[in-house]
Amino acid sequence: MSQLLQQLINGLSIGSVYALMAVGYSLVYSIMNFSNFAHGGVIMLGAYFGYYYLTSVGLPFPIAFIASALTTCVLAVIIERGAYKPLRERKAPFLYFIISAMGTSIFLENIVIATIGPTFRTYPEVLSRTPIQLGSVSIGRLDLAMFIISAICLALLVFFIDHTKMGKAIQATAYNIKASALMGINTDLVIIVVFALGGFFAGIAGVLFGMKYTVYPQIGVITNKSFIAAVFGGLGSLPGAVIGSILLGVIETITSGYLSSQYRDLIAFVLLIAVLVFRPRGLMGKVTEDKA
Amino acid sequence: MDLNYITGILTLAGINLMAVLGLSLLTGFTGMFSFGHAGFMAIGGYTSAMMTVKFGLPFIPALLIGGLVAALVSSVIGKLTLNLKGDYFCIATLGFGEAIRLILDNVQYFGGARGWPGIPHHTNLLNVVIINIVAIFILANIVRSKHGRNMIAVREEELASQIVGINVFRYKLISLMISAAYAGIAGGLMAHYMTFLQPKMFSLTKSTELTIIVIFGGLGSISGSVLGALVLTSLPEILRAFSNWRLVIYGLAVVIIMITRPSGLMGGYELTPSSMKTLYTRMKNKNKGLPNQMEGGKTI
Repeated sequence: MSQLLQQLINGLSIGSVYALMAVGYSLVYSIMNFSNFAHGGVIMLGAYFGYYYLTSVGLPFPIAFIASALTTCVLAVIIERGAYKPLRERKAPFLYFIISAMGTSIFLENIVIATIGPTFRTYPEVLSRTPIQLGSVSIGRLDLAMFIISAICLALLVFFIDHTKMGKAIQATAYNIKASALMGINTDLVIIVVFALGGFFAGIAGVLFGMKYTVYPQIGVITNKSFIAAVFGGLGSLPGAVIGSILLGVIETITSGYLSSQYRDLIAFVLLIAVLVFRPRGLMGKVTEDKA
Repeated sequence: MDLNYITGILTLAGINLMAVLGLSLLTGFTGMFSFGHAGFMAIGGYTSAMMTVKFGLPFIPALLIGGLVAALVSSVIGKLTLNLKGDYFCIATLGFGEAIRLILDNVQYFGGARGWPGIPHHTNLLNVVIINIVAIFILANIVRSKHGRNMIAVREEELASQIVGINVFRYKLISLMISAAYAGIAGGLMAHYMTFLQPKMFSLTKSTELTIIVIFGGLGSISGSVLGALVLTSLPEILRAFSNWRLVIYGLAVVIIMITRPSGLMGGYELTPSSMKTLYTRMKNKNKGLPNQMEGGKTI
């Protein structure tokens, strides 16, 4: 029983970081209807920025944290301007966006290999590794921090979407981009804000992920799992992305705890196919209508 | 340069071309993107290697069985996922490709993640070229047949082709199965060229590479796919000197192609003796340039 509880807690903590990554995929999908595969690269760079701000620049942890989030925020907007805006202006089919995103992600991964090198890097110890004991269950300080930071970020995001003018504009644009533009919403600005938000959370998630594991150029492949979580919850839906991520995190830790950690990734991809076959719009996704 | 080195690169380009030809039918002519074709290559590769190593079959039947098994698996996958719209089909194939790789990682019969050495060396430049010529011949005939035209109709306007009585689902499935068979044969060729198989060889990167070659060559153009496979397989070898930077350039090139010339090298045109003749006379008469029919493709 206590082992199950332990796995649930671990699952919640990793699931909450997946959620931070998954909202980036979902926000972009809700407005532009394509899967932004470059997001994995942005998360990876977030982990690297955090690492260098902490070690080479020597910033204190909270400042390094915010600084790397701001850097990836700018980076995500640059990617949008460079790789997607020209396609958007030409009204290219969504497939071109996906290919462009794939190209960007290859570019980001390999520019890190070419400049920094493919070696694994470990974050300096920011939080003490001794876990907190609660009865028979032990909670890692890092796991707790991951959960709390993610929860705060997601709460801020919900507040931003529900209670600010820009948030309302994002909702309207997600509902119908053409009509929103006719109503005087600057949809170009909305798209920039959406990428900036996604990039900001990607930076935070990247640093948390790097602290928990290690930093290396292929982190983007692992972050694909947060994409699975976004599909699981329903692409384009923020609550869906969060619930999907937490479920995926829990399923993963339970599989590696009771079966074998080798099957962990396999379960994630099998889950992805199963969701697409039986319920393509995910748990809470919006119903896409064919506008042909 | 060493002659062996050049034949080696050409053989690799030929193997890639085999998979690209199949993907060209699916993506270029039927309008469906797949990020899981490395999975079909893996199925074909492991099956044909199993046939030659464990059952002692000759090379060509083993290749064909590999292609057949890949096609059968694709028919199951297709039945489940072909009803999905656009993006979701891509994601499903992505999940399928990764799942195949992760399953193979755990199958100890095939050596698991450590790989499977000791496969006999059968593939050489000569049989790769012959197989590719046969494959191009078959593909060109499919594309020009009634079935090929139906596939193109599905690519151009799915709803309209359904209304005029084309069984959209059936043609998508046929296209997927043929392309999976091609990918399976390519996997078999690769297994008997490398004499070593490892699940890592069939990762998402490989699937992406195949799709990028098809787009680079030009959607809906077989000769474009041939050119694309030759150029993009040999390019990393030529750039070997800057080995770290070649994939950076590669990724950047993909984005730039998407932004500036999404129709690819050939832009939906074929390079055949008759088309070259037309082009020549046109240039002589200083006519206006060729209209770019694929530009922008289908608008949403």
